[in-house]
Amino acid sequence: MPKDGSGLSLDGLGMPLWLVVELTYKCPLKCPWCSNPVDFERYGNELSTEEWKSVLRRGRELGGVQLGFTGGEPTLRRDLEELVAEAECLGYYTNLITSGVGLNRERLRALKAAGLKQVQLSFQAPERALSHDLVGVDVFDQKIDIAHAIKAEGLPMVMNVPVSRYNIERTGEFLDLAEDIGADYLEFANLQYYNWALLNRAELLPTRDQLERSEAIVKERRERLGKKMTIYFVVPDYYDNRPKACMNGWGAIHLTIAPDGTTLPCQEARLIKTLDFPNVRDADLAWIWRESPAFQKFRGDSWMKEPCRSCDEREKDFGGCRCQAFLLTGDAANTDPVCAKSPNREIIDGLIGCARGDQPVGAEKLVMRDIRKRLAGAEAGR
Amino acid sequence: METETPLKLDDAVELNPTHHFRWEEPQRAHVLLYPEGIVKLNETAAAIIEAAAGAPSIGDAVAVLVARYQHDDLEPKIIAFLEDARAKGWIRVKS
Repeated sequence: MPKDGSGLSLDGLGMPLWLVVELTYKCPLKCPWCSNPVDFERYGNELSTEEWKSVLRRGRELGGVQLGFTGGEPTLRRDLEELVAEAECLGYYTNLITSGVGLNRERLRALKAAGLKQVQLSFQAPERALSHDLVGVDVFDQKIDIAHAIKAEGLPMVMNVPVSRYNIERTGEFLDLAEDIGADYLEFANLQYYNWALLNRAELLPTRDQLERSEAIVKERRERLGKKMTIYFVVPDYYDNRPKACMNGWGAIHLTIAPDGTTLPCQEARLIKTLDFPNVRDADLAWIWRESPAFQKFRGDSWMKEPCRSCDEREKDFGGCRCQAFLLTGDAANTDPVCAKSPNREIIDGLIGCARGDQPVGAEKLVMRDIRKRLAGAEAGR
Repeated sequence: METETPLKLDDAVELNPTHHFRWEEPQRAHVLLYPEGIVKLNETAAAIIEAAAGAPSIGDAVAVLVARYQHDDLEPKIIAFLEDARAKGWIRVKS
């Protein structure tokens, strides 16, 4: 999996094997850990159907193989079926990453007929009330329906659980739910703290104890279930002492296209405000991928500072995550502060030390992904 | 975990139905594509998967590969690779 910290190592011969297309930033859910930019409403100028098709064509010519349709909520685009059909025709393996809202049996059938290969469905909670608190709308029953429909259509399903302090104690219930639905893959994706998740980090970050308990439950279930279900457990990198091999390296195999056509080496990179990311409306994708300054910036290792520059693990983790270095140290070229060798590791230790563990949780303590509350939250935070 | 019985020559194996196996021209390699994953296979690995997943039994696949590569001691290596591929969830024994 191309998951943060998965240890995946893949030589794509310099080609963008993995395309992620964010069709829209719009989403009916208000998850307070959304990976979209906190100022997402500024980028409303979405690519048209024809522009997306052109991006898909150029991406495939550049060597793209895996394709993820995501957002926001990608099913809000009425042309999703048309784009999936185009992707299939071009020879991609197409994944749909969705909350399930906006899908129904008929649309699923149409997407499968168009060539969709798998669906990643998010579950924020294993029951209705917590789900409502965490996503701000009543969608739990709809998600359950869609999960069964995905299975009924015979599509492989990844059930994705964004894990935080707010749901980590429910690990066993998530496992029961996934088993009951018959998910092929269950992924416990501990939040990585960028954008909205960063805004809510103090509330969301679990303690090491909570993590270890959760992982132990997963381990036990994994042994019992064997091959019936593949369970991934992605630890939050704060609790590691080496950084994740983020995106298999900057501009190595991953290419994200944001709703407005901005191209990014990963979904979060837009937050590095010191870089100017090119747009497919202004430049050819081949130039963007191969030559643009933004994609060249952290390729290879000549950009590295100490301690990365002389570290014998630099080819293993590429110095970690540029976004995290930027957010926490102010310089994207610094060693990811997660690394125990980083002079900035104390920042991470300080954050871990403040994790709230079993202190009371409450939806009112979270800044939800909607504009009104975000502004109110920012005011309150001052 | 339920311990799996070791693969035998008269077992038949097939690709995991969630996995796609194909030649990818720009990479000049066979790839396995699956939900959110990709594996690039070297020539030997691809040859074994192709032979085994298309054969009535592993024994038949071994015979094909031995004839093609003119090697006698291939059998244990092929079995070991297939065990590994099964552990990774790429292939499964046909029921």
